[in-house]
Amino acid sequence: MSVDYSWYLFLGAALFTIGAYGLLIRRNPLVMFMCIELMLNAVNLTFVTFSRMLNDIGGQVVVFFVLVVAAAEVVVGLGILVSILRRRPSATVDDISALKG
Amino acid sequence: MDVLSGPVAGVFRAPDVDYHAFAPELVLVAVLVAVLVVDLVLEGRGRRLVGGLAGIGLLAAMVPVLTLAVDGANRSMVGGAYVVDDFALVFKGLFLIAGYVTMLLSSDYLADDDYYEGEYYFLLLSSVLGMMVMASSRDLISIFVALELLSIPAYMLAGWRKRDLKGNEATLKYYLLGVFATGVMLYGMSLIFGITGETVLTEIGSKLQGPGASLPLVSLGIVFVIVGFAFKISAVPFHSWAPDTYEGAPTPITAFLSVASKAGGFVALMQLVFIGFLGRDDVWQPMFWVLAALTMTVGNLIALRQTNIVRMLAYSSVAQAGYMLLPFAVAGDLAKGPGAAMGPMTTYLLIYAAMNLGAFALVLAVARKTRSGEIASYGGLFEYAPGLTVLMSIFVFALAGIPPLGGWYGKLVVFKTLLDANTPWAIVLGVIAAVNSVIALYYYASVAREMWMRPVPDGDTTPVRVPAGLTAALSLCAVATVVIGVYPQVVARFGDLAVFSLLP
Repeated sequence: MSVDYSWYLFLGAALFTIGAYGLLIRRNPLVMFMCIELMLNAVNLTFVTFSRMLNDIGGQVVVFFVLVVAAAEVVVGLGILVSILRRRPSATVDDISALKG
Repeated sequence: MDVLSGPVAGVFRAPDVDYHAFAPELVLVAVLVAVLVVDLVLEGRGRRLVGGLAGIGLLAAMVPVLTLAVDGANRSMVGGAYVVDDFALVFKGLFLIAGYVTMLLSSDYLADDDYYEGEYYFLLLSSVLGMMVMASSRDLISIFVALELLSIPAYMLAGWRKRDLKGNEATLKYYLLGVFATGVMLYGMSLIFGITGETVLTEIGSKLQGPGASLPLVSLGIVFVIVGFAFKISAVPFHSWAPDTYEGAPTPITAFLSVASKAGGFVALMQLVFIGFLGRDDVWQPMFWVLAALTMTVGNLIALRQTNIVRMLAYSSVAQAGYMLLPFAVAGDLAKGPGAAMGPMTTYLLIYAAMNLGAFALVLAVARKTRSGEIASYGGLFEYAPGLTVLMSIFVFALAGIPPLGGWYGKLVVFKTLLDANTPWAIVLGVIAAVNSVIALYYYASVAREMWMRPVPDGDTTPVRVPAGLTAALSLCAVATVVIGVYPQVVARFGDLAVFSLLP
C-alpha cells in the first residue's frame, strides 16, 4: 500500500505554514531558529515529493544544496545569538529594540 | 541536469569547463583564500597589506571581465545553468567596482577601529563572489546558492561590531528576516519545480508559456519567489529590516548592502522574471505595481521625519528601489516586449550605485570628525569643509534627480518606460512616482540647507581630515555621478547591452 503523493505535499505545506507562523509570533530567538528549520525542511519534503512524482532526480539534488546551505546558515545564526546572549542573558527579540524610527 | 538525469551506466566524463568564462570568479576565489592565509600568517600585523591585497584582487578580477567583454561571445555552461553574456558582464563589473569602493571605505575605518579582524576582507570578497555568481545564474539551484553566498557573509559583516548592542540588533534583524525570505523563496521554487519539472530558467520559461501554466500553484510559486527577493531589495512591506540594519552595521557595510546587495537582488529578479516567468505577466505585473507604489511612497514619507543621516539614507534607498521597480510594473505592456524594461532598470542601478556609495562615503568622512550620525551635526559644514559640502550637495541632489547630476537620467529612462507602456495603470504609477520625486526633494534639500545655511552646532571648526582611501572613493563616485549626468550615453550604452543579450 502506498500513500498518495498529495499527502506529502499537504504535509509540506502544513510544516511550512507552522514554521512561518511560528517565526512571526514566537519571541524566543532559539525557537525562531527552529521555525526556520521547519520551513526549510518543508521545502525539502516538497522537493523530494515532486522529484518522485516527476521521476526527475533534479529535485533531490536541490535538497542536498538546501541542507548544506541551511546548516551553514544556522551556524551563523547561532553565532549571532551567542554574541547577543553574552551581552544580555535571556534576551527575547522584544528586548532587542535599541533601533527604531 | 542532463548529466545527472541520464543513464547511470557508462564511464563518468567530466564536463568541459570553459576556464575563460569562469576566470573572474576563479581570480576572486584565489584572492580570498590568499587574504585569509596572509592574515593568518601575519596575525593582524599586516592590516594595510591584507586590505591592499583584497583591493588589488577585486581589480584583478576586473581584467577577465574586460577580456570576456572584448571577446563578446555568449558562453553557456552546465546545461544553460550558468551563462556569461553582456548582461552578466555589466553586473559583474558593477559588483567588482562597488566592492572595491567598499574596500576603500573600509580600510581606514577598520584600521582605526577596535574591531579589526582580517576575516572582514575575506567575508566582503565572499559576498562579492556570490554576487558575481548571481549575475550568471540562470537556474533555480545556482540562484539559490548565489543568494546564500552573498547573504551569509553579509549577515556577519552587518554584526561586525559584536560588542555593540546596536550591531547585534542590526545583524539579528537582518538574519531572521533574510532567512525567512530565503525559506519563502525556496518554497516558491519547489512549487515551480513541481509544476514544470525543470530548474533551468529557459526551460521553465518555455514550460510556463504552454498548457498548465495558468495553474494557481504556479501563480503561488511565482508570488513566493518574488516576495523572497522583495526582502533582498528592501521593497515595502518587506523593508522593515533595512533602516535598523543600516544604522547598526558599520557604515562601509551599510554602503555595500544598500548598493551591491540590492543590485544582487535586482539581478536575480530580472533573470527570474524576464527568462523564467515571462509568460505569466498577469501574476507579476500587478504585484510589482503594488510593490513599486508602496515602496516609493512609504520610503519617502518615513524618510521625511528622520533625524539620523544614515536612517534617512536608508529610507531614501528604500524609495530608490521603488523607482527601480517601476519598469517591472509595466514590462508586459511594452510594445518592444517585456525585455525592453531591463535597460532602464540596469541604467538606474548603475547610476544609483555611484551616487549612493558617494553619499555613504561622505557620511563616513564627516563622522570622522563629528562622531555623530545626526543630520543636525552637518550644520555649518561649509565653514570648515567646503570641499565635502560641495560633494555632499552633488550626491544628495543627484539622488533627488536634479539635472545635470547623474540621478536625473535614471529617472528619465524610468519615466520614459512608463510612457512607452501607455496604459492607464502605467500613467497612474507615473503620477505617483512624480509626486514622490517632489517629496524626496524636500528631505534631500534639508541636508543641503543644514550644510550651507546653519551655524556649526558646537562651534568646532577644525577641518576634517580625510584619509587617502576615502578621498579616492569620494572622487571616484563624484566623477561618475557628474559625468553620467552630463554625458548619460555612458550608462545608456551599458543599459542597452544588458537588454539585447538576454532576449531569446
